[in-house]
Amino acid sequence: MSTKNIMIVGVGGQGSLLASKLLGSLLTDEGFDVKVSEVHGMSQRGGSVVTYVRFGDKVYSPVISEGEADVIVSFEKIEAARYLACLKKDGKIIVNTQEIDPMPVITGSAEYPSGIIDEMRAKGAFVDAIDALELAKQAGNAKSVNIVLMGRVAKYFDIPYEKWLLAIEKNVKPQFVEINKKAFALGYNV
Amino acid sequence: MLGNEAIARGLYEAGVKVVSSYPGTPSTEITEFAAKYDEIYCEWAPNEKVATEVAFGASLRGARSACAMKHVGLNVAADPLFTLSYTGVGGGMVLFVADDPAMHSSQNEQDSRHYAIAAKVPMLEPADSSEAKDFVKAAYRISEEYDTPVIIRMCTRIAHSQSSVELCEREEITLPEYKKNPQKYIMAPANAIRRHPFVEERTKKLQALGETSSLNKIEKTGKEMGIICSGTCYQYVKEVFGDSVSVLKLGLVNPLPVEIIKDFASYVDKLYVIEELDPIIETHLNNIGIKCVGKEMFSLLGEYNQNTIRKAFGIPVPENTATDTAIPIRPPVMCPGCPHRGLFYTLSKHKITALGDIGCYTLGSAAPLFALDSTLCMGASVSGIHGFNKAGGEESEKKTVCVIGDSTFMHSGMTGLVNIAYNGSNSTVIILDNSITGMTGHQQNPTTGYNIKGEPAAAVNLEELCRSIGIERVRVVDPYNLKECEDAILEELSVAAPSVIISRRPCMLLKYVKAKSPVTVNEDKCVGCKMCMKIGCPAISIKNGKAHIDFTQCVGCDVCTQMCKVNAIEKGDR
Repeated sequence: MSTKNIMIVGVGGQGSLLASKLLGSLLTDEGFDVKVSEVHGMSQRGGSVVTYVRFGDKVYSPVISEGEADVIVSFEKIEAARYLACLKKDGKIIVNTQEIDPMPVITGSAEYPSGIIDEMRAKGAFVDAIDALELAKQAGNAKSVNIVLMGRVAKYFDIPYEKWLLAIEKNVKPQFVEINKKAFALGYNV
Repeated sequence: MLGNEAIARGLYEAGVKVVSSYPGTPSTEITEFAAKYDEIYCEWAPNEKVATEVAFGASLRGARSACAMKHVGLNVAADPLFTLSYTGVGGGMVLFVADDPAMHSSQNEQDSRHYAIAAKVPMLEPADSSEAKDFVKAAYRISEEYDTPVIIRMCTRIAHSQSSVELCEREEITLPEYKKNPQKYIMAPANAIRRHPFVEERTKKLQALGETSSLNKIEKTGKEMGIICSGTCYQYVKEVFGDSVSVLKLGLVNPLPVEIIKDFASYVDKLYVIEELDPIIETHLNNIGIKCVGKEMFSLLGEYNQNTIRKAFGIPVPENTATDTAIPIRPPVMCPGCPHRGLFYTLSKHKITALGDIGCYTLGSAAPLFALDSTLCMGASVSGIHGFNKAGGEESEKKTVCVIGDSTFMHSGMTGLVNIAYNGSNSTVIILDNSITGMTGHQQNPTTGYNIKGEPAAAVNLEELCRSIGIERVRVVDPYNLKECEDAILEELSVAAPSVIISRRPCMLLKYVKAKSPVTVNEDKCVGCKMCMKIGCPAISIKNGKAHIDFTQCVGCDVCTQMCKVNAIEKGDR
């Protein structure tokens, strides 16, 4: 199988590292060669963060560059647009419609762009937009946005539902497993 | 397994006994993962120099030892390293140095390979997690066989990438009996003069090793072009070219081989060198008279990826598109509830000059606070303010402070404070004591009262330490209390004496720190004056002309409440 590329983008602190850990562990268990690349440190503090997950028969580069991502999972609305250039021609974007103002918007030196999802669609991208924060709250914890989105990602991959649940059990702290399974189901079924 | 975790596994399997490090992105997890093995003694040292000397001591006593640091940490550890090259080792000793091309979390982009060349020690560079683990074991064998410290060079994309690793058993090493060997370990001139020829001879032997070692891999396929590379660049080359071009992948990046390079060069029609940062391999090729193409095609700056290589060779990059709308940048910011925010607001409000240091608080330099004037290296704020005030005199003493975190102060701020006391400047030093090493992801340090395993440990009392250094005016403030902070800063600036203000409150992200209920805006009272926006809290925004507080982010620190002139921000009820 040729290498598949998933990018997880969002705002530092939204839990994208757990999402990439979950994907990495699931795909490894499925027998793929997997590389996951993250950035820690400075950029984690509320900045724009990006994690790369690549899997296939043999993966070389740990990073994804322009025009290579099969799927971009965006934890925040405009972060999807920031990395649009990384999307493959027929790639898919799964985006949380939650808006988190970046500092230039807070200080008034820039405006939060409107109509960004329509613009991405107009550019030919397939965009699946969901309110993951609302679903996470329904699941019982606003912090489970990451797992709601993984539930949505699962729709587009040919891996049995139960395997995803096993990966959640394996990678999430025991006390949060039930809430996260609920969050996953809500993301999957929305 | 994360590259750094694979290194830790390698330390375990290699029978390493002592690991001492100072945290620094992207090297930190090496020591954190190593600390999970009961067989390895691990610690956070106050700085990289201490850590390297601890590892030296363990090696002198016959044990395998290690220390890990980021690239700039090696600047601090350079002093012991250069002479360790002369003494050589008892038990094997390996330094792990993580470079950060593209400066994801660093203040410069230095290339650590220069250190291996300058200190005349071997350097290995793995290209994924599996190699990282294997290279650790190879490094210990080389260290002991060639009597030398060894450096393993990592970079962000190897350290923080996960790929599969096969696990092996630990090799148990019995501690040998200690034997005194002053000729080898006392580097006074008479002995050092005798050790230097050994170092030069060793380099020749290591170069010979590079000619035959499996650390260097030759993949001869097409004759049309050949690429010499190492580390992460190898992955990008393979991603683009697969098996269609010949590749010489260097694992031992210092000393570089001569014969296999000459042989490889003669096999291919056109030779390229692809290396991030500085042209080290390319310069070596020039020195041995081999023609190649390198930095004339590739940048000295930042990270590469597969598209960097495609573009350089005129290969089309995959089709892609971008939005026409400009997306506002999203720089990292101080977290909601960050204890540094209130203090920085005061500095900003009074237009106080502030020399900064290395840590989360560097973020205070950004909009809207713009609270800092300089950031150089670990500890430079405390030394720097003394020079600034000696140059600027009384006028500058009255409106200048420096800010430094608790961990950075222990690392190398203390010596600067000794200088202030000893050489007498009326400088005002602010220690931002958030009770943890924050930016690197919460490591304990000598002021926190816990060791790397979270067990209780001796805690440095900052107040007593500063007083014993000779600073009489030492006071503690709560940075959540804006008035208290302001009074303290203005008073200490006005006094003609050196002083230390300890701004003390634990990092909001620490597990034991419980968030309070989020505050809310009473929209009837809010006049939309944006005073609350001046502190640059990411939880506060303006919606329809009124302040709005994002309940998912707010931790109820109440700093914004103190900013509001009309009492429109109210405590939450959740």
